[in-house]
Amino acid sequence: MMLSSDKKVIFRSNRLPWVLIAPQGFIILAFFFWPAGQALVQSFQQSDAFGMSVQWSGLDNFAALWRDETYLASFKTTALFSACVAGLGIAISLALAFFADRVVRGIWLYRSLLILPYAVAPVVAGVLWLFLFSPSVGLVSHVLERMGISWNILLNSSHAMTLIVIASVWKQISYNFLFFLAGFQSIPKSLTEAAAIDGAGVWQRFWTVQLPLLTPTLFFLLVVNTVYAFFETFGIVDATTKGGPGKDTAILVYKVYFDGFKAMDLGGSAAQSVVLMAIVIGLTVLQFRYIERKVHY
Amino acid sequence: MVERHPVLDFFSHALLVLGVLVIALPIYLALVGSTHSAQEMAQSPIPIWFGQDAFENYRTILLGEGPGVTSQVPVARMMWVSLVTALSIAFGKIVISLLSAFAIVYFNFPFRKAVFWGIFITLMLPVEVRIVPTYQVVADFGMVNSFAGLTIPLIASATATFLFRQFFLTVPDELTEAAKMDGASPMRFFWDVLLPLSRTSIAALFVIQFIYGWNQYLWPLLMSTDERMYPIVMGIRSMTAGADSQVEWNLVMATAMLAMLPPGLVVVLMQKWFVKGLVDTEK
Repeated sequence: MMLSSDKKVIFRSNRLPWVLIAPQGFIILAFFFWPAGQALVQSFQQSDAFGMSVQWSGLDNFAALWRDETYLASFKTTALFSACVAGLGIAISLALAFFADRVVRGIWLYRSLLILPYAVAPVVAGVLWLFLFSPSVGLVSHVLERMGISWNILLNSSHAMTLIVIASVWKQISYNFLFFLAGFQSIPKSLTEAAAIDGAGVWQRFWTVQLPLLTPTLFFLLVVNTVYAFFETFGIVDATTKGGPGKDTAILVYKVYFDGFKAMDLGGSAAQSVVLMAIVIGLTVLQFRYIERKVHY
Repeated sequence: MVERHPVLDFFSHALLVLGVLVIALPIYLALVGSTHSAQEMAQSPIPIWFGQDAFENYRTILLGEGPGVTSQVPVARMMWVSLVTALSIAFGKIVISLLSAFAIVYFNFPFRKAVFWGIFITLMLPVEVRIVPTYQVVADFGMVNSFAGLTIPLIASATATFLFRQFFLTVPDELTEAAKMDGASPMRFFWDVLLPLSRTSIAALFVIQFIYGWNQYLWPLLMSTDERMYPIVMGIRSMTAGADSQVEWNLVMATAMLAMLPPGLVVVLMQKWFVKGLVDTEK
């Protein structure tokens, strides 16, 4: 789809294009393809604890993953986590964009403040929310305590999960909001006006005119938010719960990191990497198939 | 607006104000927290209005001469590491993507499509999925604890290459023809014609990539074992590592404010470019 149109007027040279490609090519080969290939190879190998001997082990690492209950639990945790992050993030930003599209005055101020969290690093977002929810000094924990809820992210896994979901949604709202706002603003005024003349109220217009026209944006954001929840929330988890209590908030990416660098289980970590690669490839294909559709939309 | 609807308009503003307040709350409390002493921050509930110790806190962390958690590398050094890293990543990504897009669009060479798809596939290989072997490669190159290790593996960019390719395709062929007629070499055309035309795309991309670079965390976590090579985003993490009651929240929040300041300023002040960059890179 991407090489459909090319230039008619081009330059001729045998060496120059390769020189131009070289920097990017070198980085891609050395830091993307080679390591990815290594992960693939290592996922079929077993090395002893001292790294002295390596032998082929077929699908053993994958079978071990399949039998490993903490890995399956991590899958479930990730699924629940991404569903909450994508669902809440999209719903809240859709509502905010809907109202922002209606107001005339103050839009610059609203927008400037709503896009701020995009600039905040995931770890910093984690630290900010940890501060609010910290059992001893946190403002939110204090308020909850007053209401009779004993809040402790270190002991209660649903409290810990709530914290990482809130921090992740908070960070992603900016992105979703901008895309929804652009979506609302690209809907021709004549359409909403025609619906209004036909007697459709604000609510009815949202459901019958605006939302259907926003489905491409909605679907796009669903994929982007899932990718975000899967891969870019590492910093939030690491800054707040570190996968705890127990392993109850250890999402897949956190587990790959932990098993590879803390537990030093290379084969297992490589097999996990390969599973993650399959997930990214699936999501990317989904995203690009959708984008092709959007072009013809 | 389609019709006048005072109640709904009021409701819209009320809801947006509420949304903005909730979004801004953590940042506001971090700002307030950074102006109090450690004692004031150790009690519950924490203060919600500004205190007296802002100057003292920021001085302590920037120079790194306080007790306890700040007895490490000064935050000023961390900010320097972050700044160099973010600028190198943004600059590097833009340069190598401009060059590859130029080669792919303006030349015909064997394996051109293969090269294009090779770049495309990197989209499917984020650091997170090849974490251990990538670390091994960088370690073999001896780039651990260096700016090269922090930046070079991250500057390949499929999105930037596509963006520039897309843009180059819209540049009229007449310009190329005229340049060739005048006997301009390909690089001369690139430098004198394409580059000036690409200014807007470059600016938009720069904003996005600067934020990306500044906020990197997982990569420095692997690359920087020496505290002098900690970017601020990673340094802040080591400050909260202790037990809940021992964390000096006033200093942590001051560091958080400094970590948010440069990317925050870039987003708000370069809002136009930021929005353009965000939308364009997703095409």
